[in-house]
Amino acid sequence: MPVWNEAQANDIIRRHAGRDGALLPILHDIQAAFGHVPAPAVPVIAHALNLTRAEVHGVVSFYHDFRDKPAGRHVLKLCRAEACQSVNGERLARQFLDRFGVEWGGTTPDGRLTIEATYCLGLCASGPSAMLDGEPIGRLTPASIDDIAREVG
Amino acid sequence: MATRIFVPHDAAARAVGADKVAAAIAEETQRKGLAVDIVRTGSRGLFWLEPLVEVETPGGRIGFGPVTVKDVTSLFADGLPAASHPLCVGRPEEIPFLKRQTRITFARCGIIDPLSLADYRAHGGWRGLERARSLGPAATVAEVTKSGLRGRGGAGFPTGIKWKTVADTAADRKYIVCNADEGDSGTYADRMIMEGDPFLLIEGMAIAGFAVGATKGYVYIRSEYPDAVRVMERAIVLAEREGLLGADARFDLEMRVGAGAYVCGEETSLLESLEGKRGQVRAKPPLPAHKGLFGKPTVINNLISLATVPAILADGAEHYAALGIGRSRGTMPIQLAGNVKQGGLFEAAFGLTLGEIVEDIGGGTRTGRPARAVQVGGPLGAYFPRRLFDTPFDYEAFTARDGLIGHGGVVVFDDTVDMAHQARFALEFCAIESCGKCTPCRIGSVRGTETMDKIIRGERVEANLALITDLCQTLKFGSLCALGGFTPYPVMSAIRHFPEDFDRPRLQAAAE
Repeated sequence: MPVWNEAQANDIIRRHAGRDGALLPILHDIQAAFGHVPAPAVPVIAHALNLTRAEVHGVVSFYHDFRDKPAGRHVLKLCRAEACQSVNGERLARQFLDRFGVEWGGTTPDGRLTIEATYCLGLCASGPSAMLDGEPIGRLTPASIDDIAREVG
Repeated sequence: MATRIFVPHDAAARAVGADKVAAAIAEETQRKGLAVDIVRTGSRGLFWLEPLVEVETPGGRIGFGPVTVKDVTSLFADGLPAASHPLCVGRPEEIPFLKRQTRITFARCGIIDPLSLADYRAHGGWRGLERARSLGPAATVAEVTKSGLRGRGGAGFPTGIKWKTVADTAADRKYIVCNADEGDSGTYADRMIMEGDPFLLIEGMAIAGFAVGATKGYVYIRSEYPDAVRVMERAIVLAEREGLLGADARFDLEMRVGAGAYVCGEETSLLESLEGKRGQVRAKPPLPAHKGLFGKPTVINNLISLATVPAILADGAEHYAALGIGRSRGTMPIQLAGNVKQGGLFEAAFGLTLGEIVEDIGGGTRTGRPARAVQVGGPLGAYFPRRLFDTPFDYEAFTARDGLIGHGGVVVFDDTVDMAHQARFALEFCAIESCGKCTPCRIGSVRGTETMDKIIRGERVEANLALITDLCQTLKFGSLCALGGFTPYPVMSAIRHFPEDFDRPRLQAAAE
């Protein structure tokens, strides 16, 4: 992921110029570019949208998706909602966490994987389910842990 | 001529290997010199059969499933897959799960190429919009009212009345907002439409815009649905290119992606989020129909409500209203999920009993153990015991039994479930997702989780249960929106219907 670059951030902001309620789309694009919403992005966005820094910070911190620091090279989102609970998702999730030695939201020390909780991926008839770097995975089994370990190398 | 082979591109099919199967079919048929055309469709919604591969034959499509990459060689061993193959499920329409349905909103889903405007039109697309234009705006609103369509997000408010309010409110600008922030566990109907029949939503929103005099629409999709975001984005571009959206159509559509906040499924919170703010709930009144997005009159409807409008207009309100029971008219896409043998989307007229849905249609649990609890309507819905399996699927019938149908999610649990843990989770989820605006939800959910922990540990169980009951009253009547207001449903239903799971000291004694 590229390091913070104000000119690039301004380019992103300009792409949304004139859009009503542009803050969320801007934050999504900033995070896509930098892997998180870097602290110096807040005053830049605030200035461009004529908002206070507090307002922008308030939005960044409200939504679960926005990170204040980069995630690991791969991100695994494990569903913890009811439909996945009903097919033993919680027990399997614990096995995932133990295998990679992290807790919810944690990143492995080598930086290869972040495991996050999510509440429903809409794959509720094929649980337990997960999403690895945006790709859906259903019918998880303990064997899936090895598959994912291989994939994140 | 090349034979068409259909492989779903729906996220739930991709999650169980549909992409790899499609690639293997492409490779195998090329190797064998078979002329085939692989079409990626949405899903039929029979998820236990996914990936469900369908092959076009003179007698209609025949299905094979669930297909894995390993099966591809044997499928094409003697040319095109034959009905004698062990994975053959025959004509999909004849599978009882599909045959028993009344597909109106989902008529095309899983059948057509989602991004083919030609397919959409050939399968009856745009007929609803054309009829609306011939009727005029006021008659279009009247038609929706007459159909009896109610909000499919769960509130069940009559869609036509909402539209009329916006139509009757004078303003220089009005909006149509589609709530596709489908966050309830156990639901995926919105996702399936966006991935499998996106032009249907575009048509529904265009009809709404025409009916109430709005020229701009927003689709707010949750970020947990990247596949739906991609398909919807592409569909909007294609529709614009054909002049079906944009200046010629006098209706613009824009897609916005949420950012992982469950509460943004609440309509006023969603509007705040669309405006670029924290997704905090607004007090009502004013209603969004009077002062909604950017302070302008706004129709905000659930995706399924909007996606049902084209069929209502195309085939007439009477046709739709003839289905259903009581004040629940038409069909509901029931989404069977969790520990269920045949999980999937079942669109049917209102009125099936919960027992029929779980046992006959779903085939019982996936684990084969007895179903013990069924949560209907997402994380804010009540847990139903077997004793209440005679409850008909209908807005009022579920309300009468202290439950709700919500967005139609039905999550089945077998007899290994610990209902005290489920009650605790409901409170914890409320604490995680609370927007923080009102005190009962923000603080009550945290105190409730702590109190439930004490009950689970067996501490002063009776006194703490009384405390939880009292707290639930406060949440129910003191919260600004349904997140705090409905969290008592799963909590209190678990306590009321499964008291044995809260009797912790005795459980401990029994274990010793």
